[in-house]
Amino acid sequence: MKNLFLYVFFCLSLGLQAQTGNSKKEKAQFEVVGNCEMCKKRIEKAALDVKGVKMANWDIPSNQLMLIYNAQKLDILEVHNAIAQAGHDTKKATANDEVYANLPLCCLYERKQ
Amino acid sequence: MKNSLITLCLAVVFNSQAQQQLTGKVVFRATSETEALAGASIYWLNTSLGSTTDDNGDFSIPIATDQSRLVISYIGFKTDTLTISDPSKKLIHFMREDDSNSLDEITLAQRKKAVQKSYIETQNILTVNSAELLKAACCNLSESFETNPAIDVNFSDALTGTKQIKMLGLTSPYLLITEENIPMVRGASQAYGLTFTPGPWIESIQITKGAGSVVNGFESIAGQINTELQKPFTATPRFINLFRSANGRMEFNGHLNSALNDKWHAGLYLHGNQRNQKMDQNKDGFLDAPLAQQFNILNRWQYTDAEKGWVGFVNLRFMNDEKQVGQVAFDPQKNNSTIWGSEIKTRRWDTAFKMGYVIPEIPYTSFGFQGAYSQHDQEAYFGNRRYDILQDSGFVNLLYNSIIGNTNNTFKSGINFSYDRYQERVDAKNWDRIDRTVAAFFEYSYDNKENFSWVGGLRIDQHNNLGTFLTPRMHLRYLPDPKTILRASVGAGRKAANIFAENQTLFGTNRTINIQNTGGSIYGLDPEKAWNYGLSLRKILLSGDQNADITIDYYITQFDNQVVVDWERPTEISFYNLDGKSRANSLQISFDYAPSNTWSYRFAYKNYDVKTAYRSGFLQRPLQAQHRYFANVGWESITTDKGKQWRWDFTYHGVGKQRVVAQNDNMPSKMVAAYTLLNSQLTRAFSADFEIYAGLENIGNYTQANPIIEADNPFANTFDTAQVYAPVFGRMIYTGLRWNL
Repeated sequence: MKNLFLYVFFCLSLGLQAQTGNSKKEKAQFEVVGNCEMCKKRIEKAALDVKGVKMANWDIPSNQLMLIYNAQKLDILEVHNAIAQAGHDTKKATANDEVYANLPLCCLYERKQ
Repeated sequence: MKNSLITLCLAVVFNSQAQQQLTGKVVFRATSETEALAGASIYWLNTSLGSTTDDNGDFSIPIATDQSRLVISYIGFKTDTLTISDPSKKLIHFMREDDSNSLDEITLAQRKKAVQKSYIETQNILTVNSAELLKAACCNLSESFETNPAIDVNFSDALTGTKQIKMLGLTSPYLLITEENIPMVRGASQAYGLTFTPGPWIESIQITKGAGSVVNGFESIAGQINTELQKPFTATPRFINLFRSANGRMEFNGHLNSALNDKWHAGLYLHGNQRNQKMDQNKDGFLDAPLAQQFNILNRWQYTDAEKGWVGFVNLRFMNDEKQVGQVAFDPQKNNSTIWGSEIKTRRWDTAFKMGYVIPEIPYTSFGFQGAYSQHDQEAYFGNRRYDILQDSGFVNLLYNSIIGNTNNTFKSGINFSYDRYQERVDAKNWDRIDRTVAAFFEYSYDNKENFSWVGGLRIDQHNNLGTFLTPRMHLRYLPDPKTILRASVGAGRKAANIFAENQTLFGTNRTINIQNTGGSIYGLDPEKAWNYGLSLRKILLSGDQNADITIDYYITQFDNQVVVDWERPTEISFYNLDGKSRANSLQISFDYAPSNTWSYRFAYKNYDVKTAYRSGFLQRPLQAQHRYFANVGWESITTDKGKQWRWDFTYHGVGKQRVVAQNDNMPSKMVAAYTLLNSQLTRAFSADFEIYAGLENIGNYTQANPIIEADNPFANTFDTAQVYAPVFGRMIYTGLRWNL
């Protein structure tokens, strides 16, 4: 019984640490052009691979990427660049044509000229 | 023309550039995806130099030397003329539909698949949604699996017509059956519990093969079946369903859902069923199906405040079910000791409360609370035997979900209390028991968002009868390529065997009950413990307009201890702790193919090697076919603008040879022949809101010759209604309607 409560305490403290911690969490939202489920995976993966990004959720219909990140660890431009490198354009970074042309069919989005 | 040809030739000879091709792709935008435009024509303006796109929308065209303007055209789309400045660059061109002179409107609607095999989940989960549930003939959760090869439906006995489900070769007590993740069919409700959830209440079913998650408890050994009920927030406001079958079964369902304000939604779900016609097709003097009536009411309240991150549910439910079975001449009002009859009366109360809070600032962190209380009160007699069970259950689960680092690493943790009080009366003997558990669990999930994910869970339970123990579970998923999904799982499960409730069919026999008391905590027996190991491979062969995939599942369940239910000796049923080996190995190979939006095919072969060390030897479990075959063909017409549609489906079950136990000294254990079951259903939707369906069950009219042993002599000690391996009821026609008012 005692062990159990210790365990619960451990879990909760872990959770609280994850929540408060020493990190400065910030929210950001910006447009990333894409179409489908596969784009979603690629965009979110690219964003999450940037150190300091805690959460990335890209919404298909609105093309909006919602980010929660640690502002002390990264500049948001790094996320734009990482996503562009994966093939998706944002307002601040444009994907290389070749990378774009190699995207799977369903991900070919209409590029702004 | 000639000139351009000459130019071309010259170009080929003199200009190495001309050898080069301009390559590209022509696509158009369908709702949320880009699709290839096949057969579009591509040509250089004012030349004869042209090409067309292939099935993938790809084209290549020799580069023209004297022309940089490229024309792309396709009927129904606007013709575009592009200026190509850099022909070495791959061209990707979007075509726009030409609205000005549109042809007949082309609707590109992707059909939502009725059964979805998991792709993203780490666990091997099959989701059966309402479209698939409509294919089932009738009427409640126990009958919702007939069009699905993952679960085998068997006949539990020759009296009640109840269907019993099996997964991986193990009966439902070895499955964790939950309703919106709260354990539901367990203990006292094991025998008939699945018939207490009306089909139209079900929104979807998730079937998890193998160990499952530690969040929901330690009881899942072979897998988990979770039922999601209709939600007042999303369900149709008013719904009516009527059903009538030729064997006298009538069902009514009425739903009412309404929004009270922008946060509260309420739903009222009513169900009634009745069969008051005595039927004895096989002339054995016993009713083939019970006289029965059920009344079932559910009231749900749903609270949603998306802005502040709160969601909640309150459920209140009451059910009353009465069945009369036995000899046709039996009249419960008359106390007649020469006629065998039985009545089973069940009353059940359920209340559940759920609450979830997602921190709006950090949506990856959430808290959940689930609380439930139920009372299950069953009173029954079977001939001269009596069986009553009253179970009070309480369940509380506190959950905390969050991330470690980023959302690729998530965890669920929490604590769980559960309480069950059983008061049982078997003939003149009382068996009372209380089960109490306090548990803590932690489940970590990693997903690289590409091709690998794993879930590891651990739970520690402190149980008054099972002791303190750990339950580890682990699931892996790996995609060597995007069309191949490999899964593996391993996990332990435990359970207190409620020997009477789980084997209630024994009361439809005159066998003597033998419990080999070894001083254990549950009926003198030890808790059951098993390990489950699973491997699954799914290969997607076709996707897009055509879908095809092949799945191979192999699962092994090994019991460290089992409460062996031994029917091997006539006139006797024994329960004892396993002494030796017990295993259930199952292999399933299934092939799904949907060549178009109108046709779909599903084929499966299943092999079960389910053997237990009985006193009389290491034997395949009785009434368990080693081979089972399954096929389902579905067809649906294209829905018209007004929602008119035809839907048809046909299901085949091939059940291999089964072993039946010895019936008396003259009839030793034997194998019974394989048989085939065929079902079909046709639905006509007159509009999106009104449809009529009709179907045939058991088209081949296959029935078991003598489902009741010693039907002429129901008070003899060899009388037995539990040895049922095939339908008792022959061909049956039914019809019904569904109406969204």
